[in-house]
Amino acid sequence: MDLILQHPYTIWTFWTLLYTVLIVGGVLLAVAYLTYAERKVMGGMQRRQGPMTVGPFGLLQPIADGLKLFSKETIIPSGAHRVVFLMAPMMLFALSLIAWAVIPFDKGWVLANINVGILYLFAVSSMGVYGVIMAGWASNSRYAFLGGLRSASQMVSYEVSMGLIIVCVLLCAGSLNLQEIVLAPRPLWMQVLLFPMFIVFLVSILAETNRAPFDLPEGESEITGGFMVEYSAMAFALFFLGEYANMILMSAMATTLFLGGWLPPFGISALAVVPGIVWFALKTAGILFFFIWARATLPRFRYDQLMRLGWKVFLPLTLVWVVLTAGLLLAFDALPGQGLS
Amino acid sequence: MKFGNLVNSFLLVEIVKGFALTLKYMFFMPRVTINYPHEKGPLSPRFRGEHALRRYPNGEERCIACKLCEAICPALAITIEAEPREDGSRRTTKYDIDMTKCIYCGLCQEACPVDAIVEGPNFEFATETREELFYNKDKLLDNGDRWEAQIAANILADAPYR
Repeated sequence: MDLILQHPYTIWTFWTLLYTVLIVGGVLLAVAYLTYAERKVMGGMQRRQGPMTVGPFGLLQPIADGLKLFSKETIIPSGAHRVVFLMAPMMLFALSLIAWAVIPFDKGWVLANINVGILYLFAVSSMGVYGVIMAGWASNSRYAFLGGLRSASQMVSYEVSMGLIIVCVLLCAGSLNLQEIVLAPRPLWMQVLLFPMFIVFLVSILAETNRAPFDLPEGESEITGGFMVEYSAMAFALFFLGEYANMILMSAMATTLFLGGWLPPFGISALAVVPGIVWFALKTAGILFFFIWARATLPRFRYDQLMRLGWKVFLPLTLVWVVLTAGLLLAFDALPGQGLS
Repeated sequence: MKFGNLVNSFLLVEIVKGFALTLKYMFFMPRVTINYPHEKGPLSPRFRGEHALRRYPNGEERCIACKLCEAICPALAITIEAEPREDGSRRTTKYDIDMTKCIYCGLCQEACPVDAIVEGPNFEFATETREELFYNKDKLLDNGDRWEAQIAANILADAPYR
């Protein structure tokens, strides 16, 4: 018995499970309060107050909402494919959580420090589209089907330019490991070079997570809620949690790739007294604020405009930028790693 | 001109302007909503809320059973029955308002020659059953007693305009 308990594998399993629970719990808590922050910020921008009744300043509102959703009945439409219908939200939710395994919260604070971290992250976030398609198809409803189709084409389109943006970052960092990307030296000219890509990335993650102004898959005013239209109670809650967890994930990804992860901002080393995870959280929160800000500011795109932006603007732009980045790195002999000389 | 448009769209000028506007709204503009159950918005003296039957200061009820309100009510919400009291004065024996029928047009208080039936400032009289909204004379007089101070002030404030 002692042998099993003290076996390195047992100890490793114990710690990994503990960290997993910590991360999942943290993400779910963040999701709950992201919904609260969204309602408060949107309220502020529309000169309203947002939730004020449950708890001081409405701070317990997300918990009340969660309890409400838990206690409701999940309705499965008679024409729906039961298995796929129920699998879709679970899949979306699970996918939005497993991606957190490779996000570095602080130096060394990462569950799986794998060398292809960014590829894993990208692969997992691309899988999300299956959940949406499954939901749209299995609901056996026109609105859900249209929403599923829209979402699929939208996510696929923007993934292309996202991939190219990531290539730009990888060229500058010389590694696929997220920790090394954060730690890679980034001189000023490189930051200037990557800044337009950061903007394009921000727009792309809005489209990737189906957020306003690219929330056509949901499109309340035209297809009444899109692929989510037939879902209720826990199944809906899973979609909701998955969507918001995905938002936080994408923000964390942008933080890691462009904003220097857990490092203090602007390279001010005096600020390093604050723990890295605080900087990481602050930067992620900043990008999440941008998500909400965009939702409160911009009206929804028309569908053909969305496609035009993805394929005719972002794709050529990022493609040119990849070539430009690679060319400049070569010209200045600044390629990371071994270098050419 | 065309080049300018191109630069504008690449630098996202319009979008940045929009973002600045929402940020301004968030931080520099006062909120327009209030915490309703705890704070309440201002009400006009002419506000037409829940009905009340008023009394004279000596406690005598104002209503003289002329039935003008019953006659004018476009929703037929008011039912009145009357007969002489022991002292010979004409009074109502029944004064019912069906609040589920009332459209709050205020014609009853316009018609009343003695300012007996009025629509007071109270708008929070929701009930859990339909029956509770069938008001009788006791309920209306009770409302009058409860809201008299405010009703009198409102009538005084509105008097110069009539």
